[in-house]
Amino acid sequence: MSVIEAIKRRMKKRDIVFPLVNGLILCLMMFITLYPVLNTVAISFNDGTDAVRGGIGIWPRVFSTEAYRSLFTDEQIYNAFFISVARTVITTVLNVVLTSMLAFSLSRKEYMLRKVITLVMVLTMYVNAGLIPNYLLISKTLKLSKTFWVYIIPTMFSCFNMIVIRTYITGLPEALVESARIDGANDFRIFWQIIFPLCMPVLATVALFVAVGSWNQWFDTQLYNGSKKYLYTLQYLLKMKLATSMQSMNAANTSVDALANATKSTPITIRCAITVVSALPILVVYPFLQRYFVTGMVLGGVKG
Amino acid sequence: MKTIWEQKWLMLMSVPMLLYVLLFNYYPMWGWRYAFQNLDLNNFKQGADWVGLENFQWLFGRDDFLMSIRNTLAMSVINLVFGTLSSILLAILLNEVRTRAFKRTVQTVTYLPHFLSMVIVVGMAQNMFSSNGVVNSLLLSLGIVDQPVFWLGEGKYFWWLVGIINVWKEVGWNSIIYISTMTSIDPTLYEAAAIDGAGRFKRILHVTLPGIKSTFVVLLIMNIGHLMEAGFELQYLLGNPQVYDNSRTIDVFVMEYGVSNGKFGRAIAAGMFKSCVAIVLLFAANFIAKKLDEDTLI
Repeated sequence: MSVIEAIKRRMKKRDIVFPLVNGLILCLMMFITLYPVLNTVAISFNDGTDAVRGGIGIWPRVFSTEAYRSLFTDEQIYNAFFISVARTVITTVLNVVLTSMLAFSLSRKEYMLRKVITLVMVLTMYVNAGLIPNYLLISKTLKLSKTFWVYIIPTMFSCFNMIVIRTYITGLPEALVESARIDGANDFRIFWQIIFPLCMPVLATVALFVAVGSWNQWFDTQLYNGSKKYLYTLQYLLKMKLATSMQSMNAANTSVDALANATKSTPITIRCAITVVSALPILVVYPFLQRYFVTGMVLGGVKG
Repeated sequence: MKTIWEQKWLMLMSVPMLLYVLLFNYYPMWGWRYAFQNLDLNNFKQGADWVGLENFQWLFGRDDFLMSIRNTLAMSVINLVFGTLSSILLAILLNEVRTRAFKRTVQTVTYLPHFLSMVIVVGMAQNMFSSNGVVNSLLLSLGIVDQPVFWLGEGKYFWWLVGIINVWKEVGWNSIIYISTMTSIDPTLYEAAAIDGAGRFKRILHVTLPGIKSTFVVLLIMNIGHLMEAGFELQYLLGNPQVYDNSRTIDVFVMEYGVSNGKFGRAIAAGMFKSCVAIVLLFAANFIAKKLDEDTLI
């Protein structure tokens, strides 16, 4: 009897210990994930001269909104915010409409060019000319550099998203298209008035990915619009501030007086404030839309 | 002819996109001819001369290009090993959680960094790893080091920093595929194992891990096909003159010589080399996948 009880007790103990340890490990992982984010927020709300000393955790040591106040007196940040929003919205709308339009036409089995176009599109996922040929095309041949359109025109299509949408359309009942056709609707009307509205769940996911990608993009500004201050995006503005602080960090590495060097570059508090501002839209939207994000990953996983 | 007219709307909806893709995805490949020309900013207008393989000879005579190949491969392998192990570990831990709400919270939190831009991530990394940042204070207070370490200023740490940052950013996201594979494992397998007296670790070892084996192999092979893609943004943003020998990947090299110095021909040659190796790796990976498919998978 006592042996069985001992075993039972051991089983019980195990059943408590494992979930507890597991939970602790996962909590630690969440902490490590969130710590840099919280730390950045804390530094951005800290007093500037105090922050240089370092050692701020997840709560400001000397609270101050000075970084944000000086950030928001800078005209450039409003402009950059506007450019970021504009490119994100326009890219997302164009990309989703054009990609789903193509997906619809390639989902029609009777379409004679279906096989050819699909092949051409799918191959783009495997072949890429590389950075410089693309750069030469966009800046030298098409002369898109130093314009706002360089943010929009090269990013209007993604084959991966097209396949995701097409898979969804193929799953819709064929009778919808047939009956609309009997009623005399042309293919464009069928797409725009019947298929497009029905695709909203998958389009929401695709739109989110396109929007996040566009919002987070900084490299195209650097490549094409580095000399045009009024075309800077938020991400690129942040990148510029990071570059100056990187230099000062290296100076601090060799010189004794790290403090003097650090004050020359963009103060760490302002850098953190820009980081917070440029991450804020994603941080705010993300928890509510997380399930769409994950649906997208699962859809992609099925195909990939 | 009649079908062409009937399908005019379908064509209107797809042919413009076809032209778009031909221009933006296929036409640039014509630019690969510059790999065999001495094209740069100076002679761009009047046209360059054919120089044969000179650009390639120049590349392979340069230490910084050879180092960039080494760095690309090294960081790829580090990313592959740590990225895979960490996401499988997270997936296993999450799979053992019985509280729904807790599981969902952990997932929501760990997926988050995937959606932050690399610029933001590098900014945060600078705060974390600076000489008076939290990593140094932690190590100092634990007595592991007795002086702040210049994590970002010394080449020997660079690869590992990239590995750590990538794990931090992608571990949650990469675990999704493993989690969804684990949820499709037949629960009766776990019950049978439990009846046979297998404890929790035994069940993980003999049921969960075999259950994700095929996913693991498929992803591993796909990643081998992408070994030349060590990333560009992170190395470009985090790199600085002190660590260039360890931070420069092939993509960074192409950026430096092609865009910053205007040596288009040489940069395209470097990019072309990378693409060719990548295609060979991709074919090799597919070949291995087919072989394995016949022997071990399923």
